[in-house]
Amino acid sequence: MIQRPLRILIIDENAVRAAILEEGLRVANVDEGAVQVHHIRDMVNLLPRIVALDPDVILIDLENPSRDTLEQMFHVSRSARRPIAMFVDKSDSATVQAAIDAGVSAYVVDGLRKERVRSILDVTISRFHAFDRLQSELREAKSALEDRKIIDQAKGILMKQRGCSEDDAYVLLRRTAMNQNRKIAELARSLVAAAALLSLGGEQ
Amino acid sequence: MTDRILAAFVPLVDCAVLVAAREQGFAAAEGFDLELVKEPSWASLRDHLCLGHVDCAHALAPLPVALSLGVGYLQVDCAAPFVLSRGGNAITVAARLFDAMQAFAGELTFAKGPAAAGRALAAVARRRPAPLTFGMVFPFSNHNFDLRYWLASAGLHPDRDVRLVAIPPPLMVETLRAGLVDGFCVGEPWNSLAVTQGLGCIVATQSQLFPRAVEKVLVVRTAFASAPERMAKLLRALSAAAAWADNPRNHSRLAECLARPEYLGAPAEPIEALLRGRLQLGGGREAHDPDLIFFHRYAANLPDAADAQWAYAQMVRWGQVAASTEGQARAAHTFRSDLYERSLPAPPSVPLRPPAFDRIEFGAGDLRAYLDQFDVQTPFQDTVAT
Repeated sequence: MIQRPLRILIIDENAVRAAILEEGLRVANVDEGAVQVHHIRDMVNLLPRIVALDPDVILIDLENPSRDTLEQMFHVSRSARRPIAMFVDKSDSATVQAAIDAGVSAYVVDGLRKERVRSILDVTISRFHAFDRLQSELREAKSALEDRKIIDQAKGILMKQRGCSEDDAYVLLRRTAMNQNRKIAELARSLVAAAALLSLGGEQ
Repeated sequence: MTDRILAAFVPLVDCAVLVAAREQGFAAAEGFDLELVKEPSWASLRDHLCLGHVDCAHALAPLPVALSLGVGYLQVDCAAPFVLSRGGNAITVAARLFDAMQAFAGELTFAKGPAAAGRALAAVARRRPAPLTFGMVFPFSNHNFDLRYWLASAGLHPDRDVRLVAIPPPLMVETLRAGLVDGFCVGEPWNSLAVTQGLGCIVATQSQLFPRAVEKVLVVRTAFASAPERMAKLLRALSAAAAWADNPRNHSRLAECLARPEYLGAPAEPIEALLRGRLQLGGGREAHDPDLIFFHRYAANLPDAADAQWAYAQMVRWGQVAASTEGQARAAHTFRSDLYERSLPAPPSVPLRPPAFDRIEFGAGDLRAYLDQFDVQTPFQDTVAT
């Protein structure tokens, strides 16, 4: 019997997350045999497209509102290979929990080896987490940049009002923040807001 | 530390009792924090409930029945100890389709009822080259069952003459706007929103089809049901909230609260109208029926095993399960008046419900005899045809 490659379908509106997952699945499944990974991004005309791809495993973002549509389609589908929610198999509840925690749900056609399904899921879970980390690092970088901007503004106001150097302005800010048990950025934000109210204005 | 109970919900007017329990302090009065988790789909709500991420959920009445039987999903022991709402759904068709129906049948007033609207729809559908597509919310929902029942009574086979697709409630109006469906059955406020935007017309309400039908229930896993103290305080808070929500004096406040972005994120006006028993049907028509939706009166909160068996009968009728006495008994056991009565005083009397629109009575005693009255059915297929 010729082994056809395992077909994995990712349904995700988020192209970046799908790309991260796709890459991970390709790399991880090399040892276990060939895989084909497909990605559907928009939900239009979903069923015929799924039928045409004939996937063994469907991975979909847990929050995707199309899940009800998908499940009902599978439920009434009279095709031979009907994917079922992975959670139907009770034997591996730890993996199921981990998947839900990571925010992913999976539909798997009958007859696929359990170990194979688990290895796909493990990759999916770790890639979903990696994507989350990437998101939060991006958020942190963004807010660090914003903090620096606001601190610079506050320094400008102090330099103008007190005729002090930039270093002195920063020391003053830091000391005041420490005394009040606040973050420098937080203090800077109030200072800039207060200055705006009084129309003092620092250098922009 | 204050006990925290997590409840999952889908944004619909019939989550009102949970929202009132939290926002009007009924949960706090019982000494617990009620945290509400908004779900994007019924599949997601079911997963979170079954994996214990939430303690309880606002659920479609047939959902615990399907879960207990393990149909279409993993078998999960769960119970419905409290009814959260009765009525509140409606069937809407696209404005142009409604015009075609009226061209055939004359003015379809609310008083003419669902049977007349069904006949008009069937007449239009038979003249169409392609089958009509209707949206409903989930395979195990009254929306699916009511729509199928209504279509079948008009002589349309829901699995052959029309196409049915599941669509989460908040997306329903958009699918009508995009022309992906010709009509749908959904809970409020989503019918009203289609009507006020001129996209659709309501042709039947759940209160007309099956008066006072159980729509949403509180579902808990059996593990939660075995902690009687937590269950008791939850049910007491919900019962007080349900009485509050039914009182016309509170309808403005309730509507405003439900309209907020963290709950429905929809205009308050049609929500308040519905609570007051008024519904704009489109085409200048309006429904007046105080029982369009309600939460407490007529012993509304007491679960009745017969209602779970009605859902089971619909599942059998449409080939979702094979009929068995064991299955029926298991289904009946999900609606738990005993759990209700362990926490709350039994209602002094349970008033008789008005008959269904087709006057066919449901008898749980002989399911076969009940189902034999219907010509249109879909047999259960154990082995999937290729």
